Amino acid sequence: MNRFFSKLAFLALVIGFVACKKKHDHDPAPNSNMKGSIEFEFEHFVGTQAFSFGTSYTNPATGESFTPSMLRYFISNIELKTSAGVSYVVPQEQSYFLIDHEKPETLKFVINDVPEGDYNEVSFIIGVDSLRNTKPISERTGNLDIAGVAQGMYWSWNSGYIFVKFEGTSPQSTATDGKFRYHIGGFGGYSSPAINCIRKKTINFGMDKAKVRNGKTPTLHFAVDLLKFFNGTTQLKIANNDTVMFNPFAVNIANNYVEMFSLDHIHNAY
Amino acid sequence: MKNLKKTLLGLLLGVFLLSCQKHDTDPAIRFAKPTHFPEPVYDFSLNPVTNDGFKLGRKLFFDGILSRDGSVSCGSCHVPTSAFTQHGHDLSHGIDDKLTLRNSLPIMNLAWKREFFWDGGVFDLDLFALAPIEAHNEMDEKISNVLQKLRNHPEYPRLFQKAFGTSEITLSNFLKALSQFQLMAISANSRYDKYKRGEISLSDQELAGLQIFQEKCASCHKGELFTDMSYRNNGLAVRRFRLNGVDTIDIGRERITLNPTDASKFHVPSLRNVEITRPYMHDGRFRTLQQVLDHYDSGVQDSPTLDPLLKQNNRLGIPLSQDEKDKLIAFLRTLTDEDFIRNPLLQEP
Repeated sequence: MNRFFSKLAFLALVIGFVACKKKHDHDPAPNSNMKGSIEFEFEHFVGTQAFSFGTSYTNPATGESFTPSMLRYFISNIELKTSAGVSYVVPQEQSYFLIDHEKPETLKFVINDVPEGDYNEVSFIIGVDSLRNTKPISERTGNLDIAGVAQGMYWSWNSGYIFVKFEGTSPQSTATDGKFRYHIGGFGGYSSPAINCIRKKTINFGMDKAKVRNGKTPTLHFAVDLLKFFNGTTQLKIANNDTVMFNPFAVNIANNYVEMFSLDHIHNAY
Repeated sequence: MKNLKKTLLGLLLGVFLLSCQKHDTDPAIRFAKPTHFPEPVYDFSLNPVTNDGFKLGRKLFFDGILSRDGSVSCGSCHVPTSAFTQHGHDLSHGIDDKLTLRNSLPIMNLAWKREFFWDGGVFDLDLFALAPIEAHNEMDEKISNVLQKLRNHPEYPRLFQKAFGTSEITLSNFLKALSQFQLMAISANSRYDKYKRGEISLSDQELAGLQIFQEKCASCHKGELFTDMSYRNNGLAVRRFRLNGVDTIDIGRERITLNPTDASKFHVPSLRNVEITRPYMHDGRFRTLQQVLDHYDSGVQDSPTLDPLLKQNNRLGIPLSQDEKDKLIAFLRTLTDEDFIRNPLLQEP
């Protein structure tokens, strides 16, 4: 019993210290010789509703309903910029991520070795850059391993990564199995030009800043609105296009999906 | 007892020496450019051919373990004695006897190819095998499953260790081993090649055929590889067909570029070993060389993407008399490379 109380007291003491520390600690100026980390987090929505598999949603713009069953996409080539205009390009080898809604652990990732700074802009590619699409097989490891993480995200008959896969069922689908299937890729062609669905997204945080300091990791929390997959510069109707893969129409969908991403908020560790 | 030990020791030493010797006398399997060929395009610095890599690739090539149910290997549709093609089918058959879209191309002289398939959809030999393995109507297996089966196999980890210095079976080393085997499928020793090297002479009929060939065929079937590696519409009538229950036409290169000007264009195939790579064309519609030449003479169909070389002087096709066709066929037969199709190194072990 005694031991229990002493443990409690100790815990209280620790909490007190931590709390005190936090109160007195005010955001030190960044030291560009020091390195920290930054976390990216992606949360999926349909409009304002939380996104989940097996839930039926209605698109208010078209009246069509859809029940998602798969959502995967590549985020790559990440670059950060401070309010002073200093940019940090994440080394390309460490800059490929496959977000898979089915695997919650992929909805967040941390970039390490980022110079300390107050960052207020981020850019990334939705998809995989064209150069990496043509690299030798030995340079397709980690999140780009076609037999590993990226299994199913590659067109073997038409060499290239699939950037975004979004599937589900819809009563408006005319496919025999009632499914909609959007497999979007295409890096511009190898020896002849072809469709390019690589899209770069740049998000400026305005007055907001992600304060990267050694030992203090801010989180960029992105909201990804799947309604915009349908309702963008091109209105995608499941009834007209229940299946879009390697097809000229895919470019319209790429123009839509780049609009899905917005910054919801930043968690700073200060 | 002492003697026995000595004998045993001697025996061991002998075995050791023998095995060493065997290793040493094994002829080195190395890529060598035939003297009259252009420089290869494959980057051998990333994947030099070695005896162990080649043998591993050969074992994989002929192993059904690459397919979902073990029934289909690469060698099922690419038979060495047919210059690595499949006879008896217009469209090649895959797993569960499903039809594929096209007739399998020969595997030969791949070190000189920049792009693969009839439509050029794959641009690196090391990325090629992924396609037939994962295609539902070919081997229908997930590449990750293939690697897992190889990792659990009693022999493969050791063979990968020998070939690549690590028993860890990666996609990269798996594909590189397959490439090593296929890169050694070099055909450069036909009677035509021997004639070119001044070793033999050709008959008057064959030489007359060569002359006609150079005048009428060599602008597309160019150089020592007998292809200019381009994609062309050679005027085949567009055919509707049912592919596993779906009404289909084959749009050719347009499938890859999505460009309507590439409709009905297909890779210009090499003509090496053409006599034994029947049936002909991307869909295997012609069974004989005579039919092929008849097509060029009188069967060419006009369409917006028809190759301009097949529409000269307001005439469709390439005029050929029967005498010219006979001579051409005599010449084309000189491209058959017996050493290649019987090369013991390239047969199923």
